[in-house]
Amino acid sequence: MFADYTWTELGSIFAMQGFAGLILFSVFVLMALGLAIIFGQMGVINMAHGEFMILGAYVTYLCSNLVEAYAPSLFGVYFFFAMALAFLAAGALGALVEWSLIRHLYKRPLDTLLATWGLSLILQQAYRSIFGAREVGVSLPNWLLGSVPLTDIIEIPINGIFVMVLTFVIAIGVYFILFRSRMGMQTRAVVQNRVMAGAVGINTEKVDRHTFALGCGIAGIAGSAFTMIGSTGPTAGQLYIVDTFLIVVFGGAASLIGTIASSFAISQAQSTMEFFLSGSMAKVLTLLTVVGILMLRPEGLFSLKIRR
Amino acid sequence: MLNVAHYHVAYGQSEVLHGLDFTVAPGEITAIMGRNGMGKTTLMKSLMGIVPTSDGAAAVDGIDITSMKSYDRVANGIAYVPQGRMIFPTMTVQENIETGLSISGRSKVPDDIYELFPVLLDMKGRRGGNLSGGQQQQLAIARALATNPKVLLLDEPTEGIQPSIIREMARVLRRIRDEKDLSIVVSEQVLSFALDVADRVLVLENGRLVHDEPRASVDEEKVAAFLSV
Ligand SMILES: Nc1ncnc2c1ncn2[C@@H]1O[C@H](COP(=O)(O)OP(=O)(O)OP(=O)(O)O)[C@@H](O)[C@H]1O
Ligand SMILES: [Mg+2]
Repeated sequence: MFADYTWTELGSIFAMQGFAGLILFSVFVLMALGLAIIFGQMGVINMAHGEFMILGAYVTYLCSNLVEAYAPSLFGVYFFFAMALAFLAAGALGALVEWSLIRHLYKRPLDTLLATWGLSLILQQAYRSIFGAREVGVSLPNWLLGSVPLTDIIEIPINGIFVMVLTFVIAIGVYFILFRSRMGMQTRAVVQNRVMAGAVGINTEKVDRHTFALGCGIAGIAGSAFTMIGSTGPTAGQLYIVDTFLIVVFGGAASLIGTIASSFAISQAQSTMEFFLSGSMAKVLTLLTVVGILMLRPEGLFSLKIRR
Repeated sequence: MLNVAHYHVAYGQSEVLHGLDFTVAPGEITAIMGRNGMGKTTLMKSLMGIVPTSDGAAAVDGIDITSMKSYDRVANGIAYVPQGRMIFPTMTVQENIETGLSISGRSKVPDDIYELFPVLLDMKGRRGGNLSGGQQQQLAIARALATNPKVLLLDEPTEGIQPSIIREMARVLRRIRDEKDLSIVVSEQVLSFALDVADRVLVLENGRLVHDEPRASVDEEKVAAFLSV
């Protein structure tokens, strides 16, 4: 399949696809972080995670339209407000969902699966009713458009760089929340032994609500980032959820580094192969590799070595 | 300090504790003796709100805790060192102790805890799961003490620990009681340890308290008879 291209062409293709893969990687990382936090913490598989992401995307879309219409002078920086709002909106919805639905189902994993799946359908329909079935896009401020030429053929889009820097900052933020803050310590304690965490005085219900909200909020930010590389529609979240599950399982649900490494591997593999093969063929190959590796390492790429 | 009255606990339909009544005075160390399966762990768990109470009441320092959530009970001054220690294995020693600070909102482990258990200070950066059984037991006690309790519950702290360390543990528990002025309830099967540490000995048999004596007047042979099969 490489035979039709010259070496320079191949080099550029790999560089460009690799870079396109990096943006995908960013969205995956943000999605997977949220999903992994929620799954690792509460054993809840949030089937509606993609819809939380799309909520963030719609919030960004609304911000872009409102700012364009009413405060055009702020248009250059609206994206930062939009992201913060996307985080808050998705987080608030997450807290509400946890309080009204999830907390009643903690001991019934299959029911949470069904309930969150139902929720995802409800949200999709809500988006369709509110925003219409047509896909919408946001307009980006000028400084995010255009690209940086690296060589004659290779160009790197600025919004891609922005998304990656953003992801990096958020990943570090999540690391600090989980490993350097009181909330993170309590969260990890609840993950390891819920009963005992309660018996040393940790308010496990509050920790659950905050964690769920945090995971959903990060999905909202992912949605914000997503608006730069794709158009937002009621069902766009569905396209991402399966890949995200794959990443979480592949990386080892307990490991932040694992999540990042597996996002990288999967997004790069897909993006590079998509250029040469059809999209579904690329997916099949990725899946097969992941299944193969999981047979060798059932706990995922990264797992902690301790006595249990 | 701890008041338990008419206390019934059941797992589903099968009742395990059939109405216990006892009080633990401030600063008193009480040992609850009983063979395997007599209900010691069940009593501790239900006092911590892990297993629901089906009838009766428990109060700490006059405050009824019977229907509180675990973390509210901890806030009201009851702390728990479970059978099997149950420390958080992937968290460091220091973080394990810090989990106990959630109630008080303090961020630094009080020095006196490390003074009681110098080993933990040496190992504070290690993962809890990589400690030996005896060290994990000390960690579990330190974590419970970090909540600054009025009543400390210990469920078979001597299980799987060598005799010389068991004697040391009795000494540490009395020291904790003297320094922090708290009440301690310890469940035990090892009679010598119970006699070493306790001011009062209760015997639990098939979910009922069948014996209640101050340490001074305990009839060792009688208690030993309860413990032998
Ligand atoms: N989760 C449970 N469901 C049903 N029955 C239980 C449960 N846990 C304990 N039991 C029963 O309750 C009784 C008391 O058990 P418990 O663990 O309190 O005994 P114990 O005195 O702590 O014993 P040991 O010395 O072995 O720790 C036993 O008959 C046990 O089979
Ligand atoms: Mg027991």
